[in-house]
Amino acid sequence: MNKILMKKELSPQVFEIMVEAPLVAHKCKPGQFIMIRVDESSERIPLTIGDFDREAGTITLVVQEVGNTTRHFCQDFNVGDTILDVVGPLGTPSEMSKFGTVVCVGGGIGVAPIYPIARAYKALGNKIISIIGARSKDLLTWADKMAEVSDKLIITTDDGTAGHKGFVTDPLKAMLEKGDKIDYVIAIGPVIMMKNVASTTLPFHVHTVASLNSIMVDGTGMCGGCRVFVGKENKFACVDGPEFDAHKVDFANLMQRQKMYKNQESVEYGCGGHCQCVEE
Amino acid sequence: MRGGMRNKMPEQPANIRNHNFQEVALGYDEKTAIDEAQRCLNCLKPRCVQGCPVNVSIPNFIHEITEQNFGAAIRVLKDKNSFPAICGRVCPQENQCEKNCILGIKGEPVAIGRLERFVADYARQNELDQMPTTETIAKKQKVAIVGSGPSSLSCAGDLAKLGYDVTIFEALHAPGGVLMYGIPQFRLPKEIVQHEIDQIKTLGVKIMPDVVIGRTFTIDELMQEEGFAAVYVATGAGLPHFMNIPGENLNGVYSANEFLTRVNLMKAYEFPKVATPVYIGKKAAIVGAGNVAMDAARTAKRLGAETVYVVYRRSEEEMPARKEEIGHAREEGIEFRLLNNPLEILGDENSWVKGMKCIKMELGEPDASGRRSPVAIAGSEYILDVDMVVMSIGQGPNPLIKMTTPHLETNKRGNIVADAVGQTSMPGVFAGGDIVTGAATVISAMGAGKKAAVAIDAYLKEK
Ligand SMILES: Cc1cc2nc3c(=O)[nH]c(=O)nc-3n(C[C@H](O)[C@H](O)[C@H](O)COP(=O)(O)OP(=O)(O)OC[C@H]3O[C@@H](n4cnc5c(N)ncnc54)[C@H](O)[C@@H]3O)c2cc1C
Ligand SMILES: Cc1cc2nc3c(=O)[nH]c(=O)nc-3n(C[C@H](O)[C@H](O)[C@H](O)COP(=O)(O)OP(=O)(O)OC[C@H]3O[C@@H](n4cnc5c(N)ncnc54)[C@H](O)[C@@H]3O)c2cc1C
Ligand code: SF4
Ligand code: SF4
Ligand code: FES
Repeated sequence: MNKILMKKELSPQVFEIMVEAPLVAHKCKPGQFIMIRVDESSERIPLTIGDFDREAGTITLVVQEVGNTTRHFCQDFNVGDTILDVVGPLGTPSEMSKFGTVVCVGGGIGVAPIYPIARAYKALGNKIISIIGARSKDLLTWADKMAEVSDKLIITTDDGTAGHKGFVTDPLKAMLEKGDKIDYVIAIGPVIMMKNVASTTLPFHVHTVASLNSIMVDGTGMCGGCRVFVGKENKFACVDGPEFDAHKVDFANLMQRQKMYKNQESVEYGCGGHCQCVEE
Repeated sequence: MRGGMRNKMPEQPANIRNHNFQEVALGYDEKTAIDEAQRCLNCLKPRCVQGCPVNVSIPNFIHEITEQNFGAAIRVLKDKNSFPAICGRVCPQENQCEKNCILGIKGEPVAIGRLERFVADYARQNELDQMPTTETIAKKQKVAIVGSGPSSLSCAGDLAKLGYDVTIFEALHAPGGVLMYGIPQFRLPKEIVQHEIDQIKTLGVKIMPDVVIGRTFTIDELMQEEGFAAVYVATGAGLPHFMNIPGENLNGVYSANEFLTRVNLMKAYEFPKVATPVYIGKKAAIVGAGNVAMDAARTAKRLGAETVYVVYRRSEEEMPARKEEIGHAREEGIEFRLLNNPLEILGDENSWVKGMKCIKMELGEPDASGRRSPVAIAGSEYILDVDMVVMSIGQGPNPLIKMTTPHLETNKRGNIVADAVGQTSMPGVFAGGDIVTGAATVISAMGAGKKAAVAIDAYLKEK
């Protein structure tokens, strides 16, 4: 169990890793994640299940190097190596329903987690419009897979090297202003992106959910470290979430809590350090 | 008759131990143990036994000590108590066996817990407590145990001895429950817990870590698809409570569970050698006054906090922690702010804790529980200068099993409803320990596991 079966570099510092994890693959649903501990001295870190194959008993992760543990995992673990601990599936699965038109917004590393959700919504008969974005063309991941499960795929890059120049919120806003019928929006990506998606859809009263990536320790509801402030009460992202009504989430608190160990870990942030996902 | 004083427990000096994680209490040597054992009157109607939740045959094991029959002593202990090395260390003896000891009326009670610990340690070191291997016994039905705390371990051990094919499913990567992730090394060395777990394994019990019941498998799936004939649920009281006061989400505020898990389970005290960090302030406030709070306070001190306050809204008398631990904490320099209640945690411009607003309290009329309830003194607010806060005000049941097992009856607090032997509303599903009683003690959780093992055996024989 927990053996790495495939590893591929998708873009600088982002790897697709397929792991043998039959218990997780047997059971997981879109929107769920796992916790891994790669070796004895490593942290427990949460990673979303990007894809899974129940028959083969495998799950696929897309991992971005942002700090010690993810760097160690991406650099030092190769095909044939075993991850010490894999636990899951964790979290409450995405709400599955025929909503009508669903917009899936994935930013940066958030594209992989949104893929199985988009696929499942499509299978339920929803119309899928996907908007995926990255800073630059070579940082785009899984555009081909997203195209397969979307009725329409829109790509944005900050520097205009692929698709529309600008942010993922630009085409979303344009659609809303034009009066396009949108029934449900799901956003996964850097916190600042999810926050901006929420404020874009709020005036149009479109139900919007975001998948929150708070710092976790156990992932089972035991420590409360993952608590997020939603609708004036604390929720545990690992059990109650990770998806929450984005219009009710206190994103500023989430951003602040993600920096709790900044000094100790001299963190390099999600998108390489100088993008908008850290400082507003 | 011997004098009224018990033998002292040798301890590491307070000003040394509050900088290390080695065990505080060092244990009796053989001579002291025999001397202490000789204090016992071997009463015909031993009151002490009634005070023990699992009714250990206290005079019998103590008598064996006086005869230097340590092998016999450990057998007497283990007949009722699966983990004497653990209970001898963490049982609230002063409220249980020792509280009832006849010698306590005029002088000091027999140091039953210390003797229990001595026997268990002696047996472990001299390999007197080897478990029989059960390979020859044909395996009966499969039983699943959910969680791996003391309740689960004792239930699993007893069922394995009866010949059942037992599998423990644990959500975390290490078995042991609170014994591993909660109670710190300096009070309960992890090697001792590991030894008990290894013993259970030699009985043929399989332990599957990294499996969350309710997620990886549901209880129904265990029984209908995975072939388990019965299930014992002992998932503990692991859900931390917060006060719901402003500022609890500031950086530098922990639940005791998170703080202790980072340190004990993830070994954050070795950061950066291990990858998990923990933040320690210069001045820490621990809110609450139970065993968990004492553990958090003493851990913060050991990790370098210069000042550690225990902030509690009632008075000394109502503090739920063991007297011995409160005394230890005091000796180690923990400051008690009793009759003080936090109102708000204050943050700096970067949303880090920079103080805690408290109000002073006084004791009013007794409430329903008979305890005098604290009342705020108007106008007594002040700001306690702290840069770290650990909320340690209690834990509730984790909702996962309840959420995923709709026909399992729970009460309004979310605890599983079970009868005296652990039978729940679902046939074949038993439960015990903190998930049934709410946060309690190691010994009561362990006792519930033993009772359930008997009930599960009876259920499966009838089936
Ligand atoms: C539900 C969920 C799903 C996630 N899915 C993915 C995914 O599919 N792919 C991916 O690359 N990343 C994912 N993440 C983020 C990933 O867990 C963090 O990047 C990783 O934990 C960072 O660890 P590190 O030691 O490499 O970095 P560090 O140097 O420890 O920290 C870098 C930053 O990562 C965050 N972080 C640190 N530790 C944790 C932790 N234990 N839990 C959560 N965040 C933490 C903090 O914001 C921190 O400042 C997910 C997070 C959550 C909560
Ligand atoms: C810091 C601290 C100090 C304490 N000090 C003392 C003391 O000095 N003396 C004393 O007598 N008592 C003490 N206690 C209380 C005592 O530890 C508990 O009463 C006892 O451990 C309860 O045992 P249990 O087996 O019911 O559950 P736990 O020990 O809580 O074990 C439950 C286990 O189940 C696992 N689990 C939970 N949900 C699932 C799931 N869905 N699937 C799989 N596994 C799951 C958990 O991860 C955990 O490992 C203390 C508690 C704490 C937290
Ligand atoms: S198990 Fe606890 S209460 Fe019972 S005799 Fe031992 S120390 Fe006393
Ligand atoms: S009550 Fe005290 S003196 Fe009597 S048997 Fe028990 S421990 Fe010994
Ligand atoms: S990660 Fe510990 S409660 Fe969510």
